[in-house]
Amino acid sequence: MGTGLLGIEGLDRSEIEAYLNRAKTFQSHGGSDFKKLDTLRGKMLVNLFFENSTRTRTSFEIAAKRLGADTISIASSGSSVSKGESLVDTLNTLAAMRPHAIVMRHAASGAPHFLARYLDTPIINAGDGMHEHPTQALLDALTILDHKPALEGLRVAIIGDIIHSRVARSNVHLLSKFGAQTVLCGPAPMLPQDMGKLAAGVILTNDIREAIDGADVIMMLRVQLERQHETPFPPGDYFRFYGLRPEHLALTRPDTIVMHPGPINRGREISSEVADSQRSVILNQVENGVAVRMAVLEKVMGA
Amino acid sequence: MDPATGHDAVADVAVENGRIVAIGPDLDATGFEVFDATGMIVAPGFIDMHVHLREPGFEHSETIETGGRAAAAGGFTSVCCMPNTNPVNDSAVVTTYIIERARRLSPVSVFPIGAITKGSLGEELASIGAMKQAGIVAISDDGRPVMNARVMRRAMESAKAFGLPVINHCEDLNLSAGGDMHEGFESVRMGLRGIPACSEDVMVARDILLAEVTGAKYHVAHISARHSVEMVRYAKARGLNVTTEVCPHHFTLADSDILPFDSNYKMKPPLRSCFDVEAVTEGLASGAIEVIATDHAPHPGSEKMQEFERCPFGITGLETAIGLSLEQLVHKGRVSLMRMIEMFTVNPDRILTLGKGRLTVGGEADITIFDTDRKWTFDLNKSQSKSRNTPFHGREFLGGQVASIVAGKIVWQLG
Repeated sequence: MGTGLLGIEGLDRSEIEAYLNRAKTFQSHGGSDFKKLDTLRGKMLVNLFFENSTRTRTSFEIAAKRLGADTISIASSGSSVSKGESLVDTLNTLAAMRPHAIVMRHAASGAPHFLARYLDTPIINAGDGMHEHPTQALLDALTILDHKPALEGLRVAIIGDIIHSRVARSNVHLLSKFGAQTVLCGPAPMLPQDMGKLAAGVILTNDIREAIDGADVIMMLRVQLERQHETPFPPGDYFRFYGLRPEHLALTRPDTIVMHPGPINRGREISSEVADSQRSVILNQVENGVAVRMAVLEKVMGA
Repeated sequence: MDPATGHDAVADVAVENGRIVAIGPDLDATGFEVFDATGMIVAPGFIDMHVHLREPGFEHSETIETGGRAAAAGGFTSVCCMPNTNPVNDSAVVTTYIIERARRLSPVSVFPIGAITKGSLGEELASIGAMKQAGIVAISDDGRPVMNARVMRRAMESAKAFGLPVINHCEDLNLSAGGDMHEGFESVRMGLRGIPACSEDVMVARDILLAEVTGAKYHVAHISARHSVEMVRYAKARGLNVTTEVCPHHFTLADSDILPFDSNYKMKPPLRSCFDVEAVTEGLASGAIEVIATDHAPHPGSEKMQEFERCPFGITGLETAIGLSLEQLVHKGRVSLMRMIEMFTVNPDRILTLGKGRLTVGGEADITIFDTDRKWTFDLNKSQSKSRNTPFHGREFLGGQVASIVAGKIVWQLG
């Protein structure tokens, strides 16, 4: 098995710190005076997206190019996938062209883990179903650290469609490893009780006011309609009970930050006022995504 | 050893013309071919009352011939095959086809189970009487539970009239919809959709109530959830004709044993929590559960080598059943050897009335020979099944099948 990056759960704290510390050195590379590095010159990265994505795919591409790597991006529509080829055959075919790593997003939980058992090419998980999204958790941690001195002791509220969220799972694992407390909040059908056992320091609540009480960080999640086989909560009531609005911010401390992995749905899980407020660090997250992915690509594809 | 009579002694078994002619110590072997089973257990031929032979329709997964060979290699002399073939075994024509094919090609006896409803669609009753005349031994829409309670009630009434047991795969499809593994901490952790234990429990509860109303002989297939075991116990206490079976994988593995996203651990019902594993084991020990059946469900590698949620449900089981039963039940002291044999022989026969499962002088010579102390390793590459989907490849066992004898003929022996 190639050593890629499949998830946060299997990493230890020092490995995460190494990624974050390296990413910090890349944060300054976002300016207009940026010059391309040649760390990964001559290396080939394949971006394989079986699920639509704008920000993550672009972010990986920019990160690879800034390190001097060549990238190929493949979206599932228009590829052999839509012609009925199996996932194993698609990956074997691509691996035979000897890329140095494959970035993969897939709607099925565990798809990259399953493939990693059969492929030598390192696989970087860019989101698998409802399971993990490791680079998102890393960029979230980097963003929090831009505003807070340390993760330890923080209270982080994650609010929304928890059961379907790979972002929530990866963040819970990461934050727990650093001694932060995570409050998971959402409608009962989207918040299974077993979520509370995912890692140490996880609290569950169905009440948004309880979730944000004393929070240092508020992470809002999108309702993932594409993963729901039913309507577990009346869509018309969602914003009333779980949409983050200015009245909620008034209950928090002035230094509480608001995050969102995107894409945001204004007026559904977050009001425009909050999304555009001084508290919102949503665009910082996007920016940090590139730095974090540079650190990951360098580690996985370098040497 | 024969649980039907309680016989447990060192003895010879003489077989002539396919029948047992004598059982006793130091029989005169002159003129007989001798199979030396010194130190081994000679038992009535084992019955697996729940297998999928895939023929007709899915011959790329298994056939009556290969499935029959796998059964023989697993120490079984009789199997009952579920009707979810293509076409579904919902008519006397398909039943007859299976019986004829088995007569020519299978080394072990094959007893078909007919569908409850036409096409197993859960709506209109199948030709239960005609299938009974053609040779079915039970009815079941295995894999497709009868969701409509009224249809189930009518099926029980008909089955009772024709003297057949009703076997149901208990799963409320609304509660389990979209699920890929047992709902619990592990499914939450892996981000897979859950099949809650209550999806089994509610249908077991419904069916037990219907069995009381109709007086039918009712059998819960592959029980896996602890509340379901409790309800079967309750039904027995009320004197209802309710029985159940458990698969070796359900008393061996829990959801926490799943190799992440490996579809060889994906089946229905799913591997449940450690509490459920303990409950079914306790059920076997206490008598709430009386049968061990494999739910042998072959699928070709091309179908199992996919994303977990896309893979079909089911694992093979014929060749590891005795090894796992000895390992989990007998060697751990949960169940006596005699009781283990009972659950493979006379107990399924009491439910299905096959006329098998006993060592009787004058009776058909179906015999399973196995040992209890030989170390061996299950090698998938030597499996007789056409498919390779099992989580037990490379597992080391203490004791297992040595020979299978059907009507006096050795159809398989340890090579």
